[in-house]
Order: sequence, then C-alpha cells, then structure tokens
Amino acid sequence: MMDFQVVVLAGGTAKKLAPLVSKEVPKALLPVANRPVLSYVLELLESSNLKDLIVVVEGEDAALRVGGWISGAYVDRLHVEVAAVPEDVGTAGALRAVAHHLTANDVLIVSGDLVSDVPPGAVAATHRRHGAVVTTLLCYAPVSGPSDTGSSAGKDKVKKSRYNIVGLDPTRQLLLHIAAGAEVEKDIRVQKNILRAVGQLEIRADLMDAHMYAFKRTVLQDVLDQKDTFHSIRQDVLPYLVRTQLRSEISANGLHKVEDNANGRVSSQNYVTWMSQHREIAPSAYQELLALSPRSPENALRTHKCCAYIASKSKYCARLNSIQAFSDINRDVVGEASHLSGYSFSSQNNIIHPSAELGSKTTVGPQCMLAEGSQMGDKCSVKRSIIGRHCRIGSNVKIVNSVVMNHVTIEDGCLVQGSVICSNVHLQERVVLKDCQMVCALWPDSV
Amino acid sequence: MDLRRAPRTVIDPKVRQVGFVTPGAAPPPARSHSVATDACSTSPPAPDLSLPGSSISPVMIPPPRHASADGLSSLTRPAAAVHVPASPLRHDTVQIPIGSYNPSEILLGSSPMISPSSRLDAGSEFSDEVPTSAWLSRRGSGKFASSFPASSGEMMAMKTTGGGGGGNTPKSSLTTASVVKTLPGVSEKDGGALIEMQNEGTSKPQKQKTSKAERRAIQEAQRAAKAAAKEAGGVKPSASSGGAIPALKQGKVVKHSPQKKDGPQVTAPVTTSEKKVVDRLPEKDRKKDVPHPRMQFDDKHRVEKAKRRAVVNQSEARNRVELFRHLPQYIHGTQLPDLESKFFQLDPMHPSVCKVGLQYLSGDISGGNARCIAMLLAFKEAIGDYTTPPEKALVRDLTAKISSYVSFLIECRPLSISMGNAIRFLKNRIAKLPHTLSESEAKSSLQSDIDRFINEKIVIADKVIVRHAVTKIRDGDVLLTYGSSSVVEMIFLYAHELGKHFRVVVVDSRPNLEGQALLRRLVAKGLNCTYTHINAISYIMHEVTRVFLGASSVLSNGTVYSRVGTACVAMAAHAFQVPVLICCEAYKFHERVQLDSICSNELGDPDVISMVPGRKYLNHLDNWADNENLQLLNLTYDATPSDYVSMIITDYGMLPPTSVPVIVREYRREHLWI
Repeated sequence: MMDFQVVVLAGGTAKKLAPLVSKEVPKALLPVANRPVLSYVLELLESSNLKDLIVVVEGEDAALRVGGWISGAYVDRLHVEVAAVPEDVGTAGALRAVAHHLTANDVLIVSGDLVSDVPPGAVAATHRRHGAVVTTLLCYAPVSGPSDTGSSAGKDKVKKSRYNIVGLDPTRQLLLHIAAGAEVEKDIRVQKNILRAVGQLEIRADLMDAHMYAFKRTVLQDVLDQKDTFHSIRQDVLPYLVRTQLRSEISANGLHKVEDNANGRVSSQNYVTWMSQHREIAPSAYQELLALSPRSPENALRTHKCCAYIASKSKYCARLNSIQAFSDINRDVVGEASHLSGYSFSSQNNIIHPSAELGSKTTVGPQCMLAEGSQMGDKCSVKRSIIGRHCRIGSNVKIVNSVVMNHVTIEDGCLVQGSVICSNVHLQERVVLKDCQMVCALWPDSV
Repeated sequence: MDLRRAPRTVIDPKVRQVGFVTPGAAPPPARSHSVATDACSTSPPAPDLSLPGSSISPVMIPPPRHASADGLSSLTRPAAAVHVPASPLRHDTVQIPIGSYNPSEILLGSSPMISPSSRLDAGSEFSDEVPTSAWLSRRGSGKFASSFPASSGEMMAMKTTGGGGGGNTPKSSLTTASVVKTLPGVSEKDGGALIEMQNEGTSKPQKQKTSKAERRAIQEAQRAAKAAAKEAGGVKPSASSGGAIPALKQGKVVKHSPQKKDGPQVTAPVTTSEKKVVDRLPEKDRKKDVPHPRMQFDDKHRVEKAKRRAVVNQSEARNRVELFRHLPQYIHGTQLPDLESKFFQLDPMHPSVCKVGLQYLSGDISGGNARCIAMLLAFKEAIGDYTTPPEKALVRDLTAKISSYVSFLIECRPLSISMGNAIRFLKNRIAKLPHTLSESEAKSSLQSDIDRFINEKIVIADKVIVRHAVTKIRDGDVLLTYGSSSVVEMIFLYAHELGKHFRVVVVDSRPNLEGQALLRRLVAKGLNCTYTHINAISYIMHEVTRVFLGASSVLSNGTVYSRVGTACVAMAAHAFQVPVLICCEAYKFHERVQLDSICSNELGDPDVISMVPGRKYLNHLDNWADNENLQLLNLTYDATPSDYVSMIITDYGMLPPTSVPVIVREYRREHLWI
C-alpha cells in the first residue's frame, strides 16, 4: 500500500477526560453521535483504502475492550492488530512498543481521537513528494464552545492549548517551527540558521496540530532509540526533528547506514547523490531543488525536511481531547460536519431512530439525534442535542445543546442546557442544568 | 516524408518553404502534393508508374530504409499505402477510369490492383494477383491474359528486391506453383464478387478453407491461363517496362468497374478486412520510427476514452484558447488535491513512480534533465521491486508495467521529449533482453542500463558540453542567457573557474522567473551579472557578444524546442548579428519535424500569468474564468527556427543546426546497441 504502514494511537483511559472516560469506556470508545470515536478514524482510513492497521491501546483492559469492539464492527472490512501497551508510556513509548512491527518505508501515525475528513492520502502524498522526514497535518482549529455562550477565562485557556505556534516557509510546505500554544509565554525563539536558509518565516497561531503524522520509519525508530526520555510525539519527537532540520545528527550517523542495509533500496538519498553528481561542476544549483540551505552537498545530505500539510478550511478536523471538545464534536457531527456521522438525515435534518418513542407535542429540532429505544414524554423539546440509547425522558423536558449518553433517566420538567450527561445518570424532577460541562453518575441514581 | 533529402534552400527566414520542393519534372501537381504531405495514407501515387525508376522526383523519395531498392521496388511503397484509405475513397479511385481514358488517370484507378502484390512477405500473398489473370483469361480475352504476366512480372520484381536483389526478370509460370493452392477460396466464395475480391485482395482465412477437389479445379484453370499467357508472350517484356502497363491496366479496369457497381455492399466489408491485413506489415515497420500519433485533446471521443482510463481526475478546463484546444489543458488546481486524496488508491503504481508523478504535478521537479533523471530512477526502483507474475513473461509484463507508469506520469504532466527518448531506450532494453537471463539477472541488467544511460547521456554529456562550450568564451565577452538552463549554468561556472573574465546577462520572463534563481547562484559564485526581463532584450542585446541557450529538445530540422521566449531571444540576437549557441545533450534530439509551436506544446497554469509577484493587490483578473470572452494562455515551450541558431553544442561536438539529422540517425543506431 504505497509502502505506508498505519498506526492508530487509540490512547487509554485519559485522565483529562476523567469522568467521561472510565474503565468501562476507554477513550477510544467514547460515543460521538452514538458511535465510538475510534470508528471515525477507522472509517477515514478505510475510505482511503488503508485496511491494514495497527491500533495501539494503553492498558490491557482497554485493549481488550477496543479489540472486541473492532473485531465485532469491522470483522470483514479491516485487518486490525490491536496492541496493548502499559499505561503512561506516552505516544512515543507506545510507538517504541510496536516499533518491531514496522517495516514499511514510511509510517502514518494517526491519533485515535481524530474526527476529520481530511484524506490521509494528502498527508502521505505531501510526505512522499518532499521526501520529508516527518509531515504533519495542520488544520484550522474549530471554533470552540457554543458561540453564544462565550467568555470565561477557562475557555481562553482551552483555546490556547489547542492552538499551536507554527512557523512555515513562504510556500507553506516546510515546517520550520512548532510549539504548543500553551507553552509559549511571551516570546518564541526561532533558530537563526533556519531563518537564514529560507529567508522568510511565516508564523501562524491559527493552526492546530491534528495529530496525523507521516514519519520516515528509519528516522522515527532512530529517534525513539536514541532519545529514551522522549515521551510524546507531539511534545518531544516532532519539535526535536523540526529543530534539527539543518544540523541533523540522525541523518548524519545512523540513518544512512540503516538505509543502505535496508534491502538494497534505492532511497531518496540515492537520488540526492545522483543529482549532486550531476551537478558536480555546479554543485550549488542542485540545492535549490532539494535542500534549504546554501551549503555544499555534503552538508545538504545532513539536512532533513519537515513538512506540513495544511488542510483547507472547508475540511472538518477536530480532536477529542477535552470535555469541551467532546461536546463540540458531538454538536458538529450532527451539525455542520454531518457527512462524517455516516447517518442519513431526515428531512428535518435530524436523526430519530425508528424504535424511539416520542410523546405528543414533543418536538425534536434540527441537528438532533435520538438513538434507538429512547422514550420521550409529552411536550418535550430537543434542540441541537444528542440523546443516546435507551434513555427515558419524562414530560416537559427541554434539552438544548447537550449530549445525553446511554441509559439516562430524566424526569419531568427538567431543563438541560449546554451540558454533557453521562450514562446511567438519573435526573430527578425539575432539575435545571445550565452549562454544566459534565454530569456524571459517580454514585448511580443519586444526582 | 523525408526532409533530409529535400534540398535545403531555406536560408532567408522570410522565405520559408513548408512543403516539398520538386525541382525538375513536375508530375500532376495537385496529386503529387497530396501524396507528399500525407505520407502514409492518401490516394495512390499514380505518377510512380508512369515514371521510370531512374528519374524519381523528390516527392516520391521513399523513407531511407527503403531507399536501397531500385526504381520498381520504390513503387511498392506507395502501392502499399494505397490501401489505407477507407472504402469511399477507394470507390472514387476505381471509378475514375470509367469516364475518361486519360492514361494517367487510369493508372490511378489501376494501382489498387497492383497493390496486393506489395504484400510480398509470402508466396501466398502474391498469388492474389495471379488468379486475376487466370479468371480473366477464361473469359477468352487475349488482352486480359496478357495482363497477367505484366503483373506477375512486377510481383517478381518486388519479390526479388525484397529478398535483396535487383533484377526484375519477367518470370511467369514458374512462380505460380505455390500460388495455385490459395486461389480456390476466392473462386469458391462468390462468383460474382470474385473480381472485386481480386481487386481488393483476399483475406487470409478464406485461403485455408479450400478442399482438394476445388484446388484441382483451380489448378486446371490456372494452367489454361498460363497457356493463354504464353500465347500472348510477346507482350511480356514490354509489360515489365513502365510504358506498357497503363494500356493493359486500362482494359482491366474498364472491364471491372461495372461489376464493382453491382455489389458495393460486398465491397465495403472486404475492403476493411483487407485494409487491416495490408496495414499490418508497414505498421510494424513504422512503429519503431514514427512516434505514436499524439492525442488531440479536441477529439471528444478519444478524450472521453482517455478520461475513463485516467488515474488522475481530469476535470474540464474552462475558457480554452481556440488555437490550442488540441493540447492537454492545464488543470493543476484540481488535479493535485485530487491525486493526493487518492494517494492510497493508486495501488498499481509503484510508490517511487507515484512520488515522481506528484513532484511533476506540483512542479517540484522541473527541467528536462531533472525530470528525466527522476523518472529513470523511479523506474529503476520499480524494476528492483518487480517480480514477474506467474504465467507471464518478464519482457512483456514489465513493458506493460512501464507503459502504465508512463501513462500515469503523462497524466501528471505531459512528457518532455527527453523523457520520451529515455522511455524508448528503456523499452528497447527490455525487449532486447536475452531470454536466457534469469529474472534477477534481467532486473540488474536493466538497472545498470538505466544507470549507464543517466551517466553517459546526461552526466558525462553535460561535462563534455561544458568543455566544448568553454572554448567559445573569451575574455571580455558578454554572455547572455535566458531562463535557467542547468548546462548553461555549468558552462558559466566552469569558465569562471578557469579564470576567464566575462559578464553574464540573465534574461528572465514572467511568470516563472527561473532566472532569479540562476542569478542568485551565479552572483553567489562571484560572477559579474546583469539581470533583465525579456521585454528589454533589444536594449541589452547591443552589448552582448554571445548568447547561450538551453533547450528542451532539438528537432531534426534544426528547430530548437525550448522554454517559451527562447525564440524571441534568438531572433533578437540574430537581428543584432550575435551568435546564438544552443547547449543540448544529444539524448534530447528527436527526429520529429516541427515548424511552429502550436501543434505540439504544453499549456501551463493560466492563473499564474494573471498574478504579479509581490503585488497581491493587483487582482484585476481574479475571476477571469467567469468571463467567457477572456482566455488566458500560458504556453510553456516555443520553437526556434534553425535559421536563428548559429551552433548547437552537444556531447558529440559543436554542430550547425543542419547536422542534427545526422546526429539523430547515428545516435539512434548507437541507442539500439547501447
């Protein structure tokens, strides 16, 4: 398959999403529009004809659950290997654990919490085209939170951490600087040699690292081997590679040997030597073609390229890495990015499962979803919300901008607005919930 | 057909003769011209017969590989070509004689009858002609009978010349031994339409069907015919000489034509089937020499077909420029994202080929040499990963594979001529692989061939060109170059390293502004440079002493096919009496002849010309595609007539543009044996 291998990092029981994710529901199986979030990634990959996947899950239990779900849902469609890694090893550690499975020239690493319609092929193609060491998918960060209920300092923080400070060359293809927005205090440091090499550096703060990376396998493995302390791909490996673009120790030492040994392949490096031989008399000419820096070819060999693929604004791209993101994505998947959900919407632009029961004078507005076996009493109103399976909702209930998960009981006269209600929660009569991010059944049937 | 032989009278650029010049004897002008221009598929060249072999006008000079034959054998070429036209044309030619008895006209009609004999590859072939006379003789007309030896004599001549001899002795009866067998099928099939069949020649399957009894019957008839022929033996010698033929043919044709009218429905299918048969032989010959007819993109049918095959989505370009509709339209904007999103669906493509295709599409790799090297290296890698599927031969399967890669690359960007030559080389190497080689041996031999090609034809060739060209640079020179040519850059740098004192004028043009990169590199090396745009060419040309230009290709009439604007620079230099030196590796030479830059060119992104770098606010043409009256044209190449080229510097030395055909010919031979 174009010499690419795919690793899906499905995570484990992330602490960030603490009450939402539990032992029973690992992060990968969190429902987004009543489908596990992992299914969005798997289907995105499947649509690109990528059917041999490695899914890495943290924790044995979680791996079992994820594996069980995958084998049930994709039994004859995908060939998935689920690998369990210990918890808290980080993304880099997870990759170290599966490194021996990787044989292809390039590795595509996708985060399991990505909900997107950006074709992975585009990232892979950009990667190949430039012969890059790493290519990352950058996308315009989606608008966070419901637009009407803005403000509050907490939200700004969320926003900040989601964005990245990204430095690009004028053609917007080379990645010259990357830093997480949260890490930036006042000023950012840009390396002089990189700046000198490209002449012009464009720094942007409206892009988000979508956690879809194409790595050159040999480089990735070298970095993982050499740098034991690296914990995360996003925080350690990627910035390291970007930083060392022009003085790459990796490509100088280990890389070439590995490449020469690797089943006699004519690699891109070979192309470099050809080109440089061709330009022996005029060595400088060839560098425009390949290298960034005005150096001699020996040095040019020591550079590597980090590229970025910037998804167009029309594409949807979001990561489920916070509770806010969870409700946002749920809203978007039945709303603006409804093509992702895979459901067919009714003429009222909502999805009501045929087995759902609606009382009299109950209205379900557009961009809503009502899963199977849910019952609603009379005079209810549901707007821009998702209601999970087998929920029982009494009369006179208003649910707006919310996510109600499975087996929730809501009694008469409740008002739920802008909230997430986890499974098995029981809301007594006339509860009013406004902008509670999370309502969770720590003690079932007692809220 | 053959420009090399045509007298080269073209010196003054204003008087450029496009067609073929016939200095001496003038055959019927209109007809001869039609023959000359459409070399392979038009009306029969009547004058051939009326002219004795010795005095052939330039119009009829056969392609070089047939040139060795004598006059009569040269007749076979046009005769074979006769069969190409579809039946309507055929009818015309046959019916001409009915009305008028002008011998030359009648010849026209008669030549289809001779033509079957041109399929001289087997004995059975030329039998077709013999039965004609046999049947004719049965009707008891001496005149008809006499036509037999005439034609058979001719056939013999052809046979012998085909075998490598010269003499056309009128040999009659002996040759028919093998012939007789094949005939009955014809006679059996349909009595009425028989003569037509003979006219058109028989199709092969019919020959096999005859039973023994039938064959005997025919044999009898044949003998009778021979006897009749012998009686009329006096005619024989004269028949072989050109003059007598017309009369004989005339009778024949007149007799046949009414029958032809009877069964036109029968004729049509026969002609088509026969057309294929006849076509095959010359087609095989031609294939190697003549490039495949290029796709004309205004031909809706073929475009549709190609689209269905295409891997890359070819969306419709808007606002095509009328004159350039036949070229592949540039649709980069939609193509790249589409191909990228389908990246993993491109399974049959080898990853490295895919990569190169993407690089072409995005413009990461440009320039003839770079593109060619990238393609060859991708192929090399693909060959390394190739394994022959079971039940298939490496030679055939790999060729098909390479072809599919090539068509993918063409979808990404039209091939340059240099790449076409390289592909031809590679395919040739595959075809010539000895069968005794194992798969791994074959693969490694191909890979080393590719390496050798790159090394010899590009890397070393460039060095040689640099060595040659440097001798033309003297102290105090002002050298002008246009665009950014890798060889020219090497020349300048090498001359600079040698310590020559000269100044470089880099002429550039929008929208690509490749010259800027060249300028930056030259200045960085300490060369004294002047940078200007092409619109100032006439101002700067005063001070220039030499013009060095690169080329995408040099065609066999000396035309230089290069980056658009080159012609303009060359013409300006010509006007100022400044020598123009074209630096081009010999592997980029092509035997094609091109007189303009319209019929074959490449369209670039039309949007770029509406954009001004650094002036984003200049957006007057932003939505130009919405305006139906506005068409933007961004041509990539142009053709510089050879008259403006003083010298071409290749790895074979420095030549005048008139010597290009020699290099093409010699080089091609070497190419085969590389």
